[in-house]
Amino acid sequence: MKHKINFILNNEEITHEVAANRTLLDVIREDFDLTGAKEGCGAGECGACTILVDRKPINACLMLAVEADGKEILTIEGLSVNNKLDQIQQAFIDHAALQCGYCTPGMIMSGKALLMDNPSPTEEEVKEAISGNLCRCTGYKKIVEAIMEVADKTNSAR
Amino acid sequence: MKFVGESVNRVDGIKKVTGSLKYVDDLKMSRMLYAAVKRSEYPHAKLLKVDITKAEKLPGVKAVITGKDVPNRVGLYLEDKTFLANDKVRYRGEAIAAVAAETHEIAQEAIKLIEVEYEELPAVTNALEGIKSDAPLVHPDLGDYKWGPIFFPEPGTNISNLYKIRKGDIDKGFAEAEHVVENQFFVPHIQHSPIENHSVIAQMDPEEALTIWSSCQSPFAVQKALSVAFGLPQNKIRVISPAVGGGFGGKAGTTLEGIVIPLAMRVKGRPVKLTYGREDEFINSFVRQGMHATIKTGINSDGKIVAVKNTFVWDGGAYTEYGVNIVRAGGYSSTGPYDIPNVWTDSVCVYTNHPVGGPYRGFGMSEIHFAIEQNMDILAEMLGITPIEVRRINGLRPGGSNATGQIVEVCGLQDCLEDVVDKLGWEREEKKPSSKPNIYIGRGISCGFKAPSMPNNVASSAIIRINEDGTCQLLVSAQDIGQGSDTTLTQIASEVLTIPPDKITIKTGDTDYTPYEWQTVASRITYCAGNAVVKACQDAKDQLFELAQIKLGVPKEKLILADEYIVAKGNENKKVPIKELALGLSMEDGSGIHGPIIGRGSFIPPDVKNTDKTTGQGEKPTAFWTYGCQGAEIEVDIETGKIKVKKVASSFDVGKIINPKLIEGQVEGGILQGLGSAILEELILENGIVKNPNFVDYKIPTADDMPEMIISFVENPEETGPFGARGVAEPCMVPTAPAIANALYDALGIRVNSLPITAEKVLKAIKEKQ
Repeated sequence: MKHKINFILNNEEITHEVAANRTLLDVIREDFDLTGAKEGCGAGECGACTILVDRKPINACLMLAVEADGKEILTIEGLSVNNKLDQIQQAFIDHAALQCGYCTPGMIMSGKALLMDNPSPTEEEVKEAISGNLCRCTGYKKIVEAIMEVADKTNSAR
Repeated sequence: MKFVGESVNRVDGIKKVTGSLKYVDDLKMSRMLYAAVKRSEYPHAKLLKVDITKAEKLPGVKAVITGKDVPNRVGLYLEDKTFLANDKVRYRGEAIAAVAAETHEIAQEAIKLIEVEYEELPAVTNALEGIKSDAPLVHPDLGDYKWGPIFFPEPGTNISNLYKIRKGDIDKGFAEAEHVVENQFFVPHIQHSPIENHSVIAQMDPEEALTIWSSCQSPFAVQKALSVAFGLPQNKIRVISPAVGGGFGGKAGTTLEGIVIPLAMRVKGRPVKLTYGREDEFINSFVRQGMHATIKTGINSDGKIVAVKNTFVWDGGAYTEYGVNIVRAGGYSSTGPYDIPNVWTDSVCVYTNHPVGGPYRGFGMSEIHFAIEQNMDILAEMLGITPIEVRRINGLRPGGSNATGQIVEVCGLQDCLEDVVDKLGWEREEKKPSSKPNIYIGRGISCGFKAPSMPNNVASSAIIRINEDGTCQLLVSAQDIGQGSDTTLTQIASEVLTIPPDKITIKTGDTDYTPYEWQTVASRITYCAGNAVVKACQDAKDQLFELAQIKLGVPKEKLILADEYIVAKGNENKKVPIKELALGLSMEDGSGIHGPIIGRGSFIPPDVKNTDKTTGQGEKPTAFWTYGCQGAEIEVDIETGKIKVKKVASSFDVGKIINPKLIEGQVEGGILQGLGSAILEELILENGIVKNPNFVDYKIPTADDMPEMIISFVENPEETGPFGARGVAEPCMVPTAPAIANALYDALGIRVNSLPITAEKVLKAIKEKQ
């Protein structure tokens, strides 16, 4: 049986029918072809599927699509507005905070969620915020530096 | 130099930070079918019956195949595997049958309907047992298999390769040594754990041409293996590797392609996709082999090692088509980066009923160095000298000789050692005890080296095309698996042609359109593909100069490239922009000559030769060696046994840094991967069954585990490298685990001889010491 749900996906209002057992990750990837969020483990252990639901980072592989009803969803594809990279995306490039790129969308969304909630995090807070996002390539250092740079810029702009 | 040596941003940055890069599992095709695999429930069993009739009848199922459909044995170095099991299974999880269906769910359902009857056989679950003469045979038909001439299987046993080093006179060496000690170490299986699981799509069109989209490191190696396996000509097999979400060796060679292709051949025109789940990734993709090491060392009181006898017994798993070469590398590198006159090594690859061992970042070096480098510290303590001193005394220097008897010409090992010692200040400052009574501080050092472990004559090629506006397309089949080769190869092309990186587009990994590359493995791409790119660009440059000399009336030899122009040396006003000649030279009478500039470059590492079959001795067994050193500072909590790695300093002799920002990140990643293997990671095997195939029970490092990292480099140029560069991707993880193990000894006087050094092992060792 399918359920009709309404939600905002990357600033667009959506009405969609989904089966009750489908995950939100499956729906955004398969039905909307938003494939930035990846399935690395399907069990909420790697963070590659991290997206924002009502500004909070969640593992989309663990959330049922029907639970998205009435929620606001932001994926990596919705982060650049008018084709301009978000500061955090630019910072990842500038710091070489990515290698194979597979964890990158999830990592950026976790970083973005932190900065939305806490624009001036400490390095420890950054590490904590991304501790649910596994990266096998970078050793994390440049990722932490990239997120800290956005925080520092925001702070000095005040 | 203008572009080489600069921290250019990654050329693949934007598509990766926007999530727009499509990896294989992100690809959707019309009328695509989904595959699922029936897997063995036993580590070792005869297949009495594989009944697919019920599965075939399930609505939505389009094809079901078994081992009978893929009878040809394949393998990179030793042809010992079929893509699906025939007659018997050799590890728990081995593919027995596969299904293609309209949906993933139907495919899964069909798998459950496949009936398999087994007759369980006694399993080999320990390499040391497997090597015994009365052990059950994993491959009774080994004698009928084909293998490369540099490998030495022993039919009638479980030994798939026995690689020997016999240097000097080992008996005399021990007889003359003032001290002789023997130590043993064990390294367990671990998993690459790329964040992207393996994924492949295959489609066969009606004219029998096959297209494969695979998350693979080596499109051409895959093409060749599939050609052999399925009897298809290579021009009918197109392998595309659109993006690789982390490889670390796990996506080298062929993996799951061979399961999907026979399905695709049954359903012509329809693409078939198979993506591994994380559990599959842990069990059914390559794992790093386990290894038992015994090292007997003869050393004199002045600290000079005079003899070493190594036995490395590798747990190769059920198929060692690739693993035999890891064992060979472990053999010819068996002294570590030390100059030892008398060496005896047996490096033995043993078939077991474990998951399939294969290439893993380091290719045997991390495993042997865990043993060698702890052994060095044990020797130093015995003689009352420092760990740094024993390495200064025995570490290779230019003119020294390694395990193969090769006289090494370029060797920055001692520079790296001094660099790390200096950065950590250990000889200037005494260790300060922790202010907390339960925390002990330790400092440990480790050297390391690695050569690209590849056949001597592996080939690379590159093509560069110049467009009318002066921009370029650079075509290679070196794959950017995260290491940054798209960027560094672009920089190399920029340097030769004086055309900036943002005007060069690099395209990779499509066997129909990009030129041959053996494999993206062995830390060989900067060196091998880099050389091919240099040659392609020089070829283009040569063509440009041929035309420019006519245009400018200046002989070729007097022309140079400068800022996208061909310029007369000494007369800078005489010049022509590269773009003007991109399609050939237009003459004053309106005619034209030559046509488009297309540079081509081919490369094989020069003069690399086989070693002697019985002694392993040779003049130049590898293209180059990369040397380095790391030091680790750790805190150990004696109440919990937990190790916290606080600081790691790293120095490697890379010849020439192509991109400082990227190489730094690569080493940082290597350190964390080494750290994971040191204190966290083990594929737990019980009676051939993997007990922890998920990230809850198999932890890899997170941001919390990150130590302070001090990364530096030494640049003694590699004579045959592009701009002097050599590889560092794998070497940089080699010393990390032994440095941490040595730091533990420094902290508490306990030595844990097996990886990973878990809190439980530390507590047990503390207790035993008391």
